[in-house]
Amino acid sequence: MEEIAFFAGAIGALGGAIAVIALRNPFYSVLALIVHLISLAGLFLILYAEFIAAAQIVVYAGAVMVLYLFVTAYVGGVEESIWEPIPGQRFLAPLLAAALFIELSIAVVGTALKAVESTGPTIPADFGSPGSIGELLLERFLVVFEAASMLLLIAAVGAIVLAGRKRERETVPARGAGR
Amino acid sequence: MDITWYLVLSALLFAVGAGGVLVRRSPLVILLCLELMLNAGNLALVAFARSSGNEEGQVFALVVMVVAACEVVIGLGLIVAMFRRRLALDVDEMRELRG
Repeated sequence: MEEIAFFAGAIGALGGAIAVIALRNPFYSVLALIVHLISLAGLFLILYAEFIAAAQIVVYAGAVMVLYLFVTAYVGGVEESIWEPIPGQRFLAPLLAAALFIELSIAVVGTALKAVESTGPTIPADFGSPGSIGELLLERFLVVFEAASMLLLIAAVGAIVLAGRKRERETVPARGAGR
Repeated sequence: MDITWYLVLSALLFAVGAGGVLVRRSPLVILLCLELMLNAGNLALVAFARSSGNEEGQVFALVVMVVAACEVVIGLGLIVAMFRRRLALDVDEMRELRG
């Protein structure tokens, strides 16, 4: 049963990932990424990470991807030019990616960690539940939690500065030029 | 299922994301491929948390999600700013720092 669930999730995640880089239209790429994220949430559930899976679906596949969809719809379909600035990029890049995968696989399969080759130790019933994750976040990792909230605040302010319309600067020269 | 399966899947997803960053030229799709790579890292973190029977890896995965959200907000802000200035949305045409 666990094998079926794993392979279903793995096929969904891998298919979504390949669709993201293969589809020409960015709008469809975003939709493929949503498929990928939901399959990944299923894999998290098999690994007893209930809270992470829920956060993945609600925050990531929900909120963040809606932001992506809005920006993609705002910018419109961007056609990628056929012209290749780096000769052979289309052949070299998959080769480099394959080399990266082989290297990582050698590192993972040839590791000396014995715990990796088992299904993992027996765990308490509330492993990965919102209660235990929250306890860890607010007790042991309180500084990390506060740093993450500061980071989110700074990112929000930065986004407003970057993308906000500067009305005064734009209108004043236009009027001067018109008269 | 051995934890190794999850780690190999995570390596494969990371490689797909890295290949996407190298191949595609639209900044929107490059941001999406960065998300793929961050999520591959998250899968490895959660798999290690399971293999060691310890929830701290899951807290780390949550922090990675926060960082990914920040990166998305800044990246999309940059793309909108580029679009407003009528710049071509192609990373190979942006060769100079001057707007």
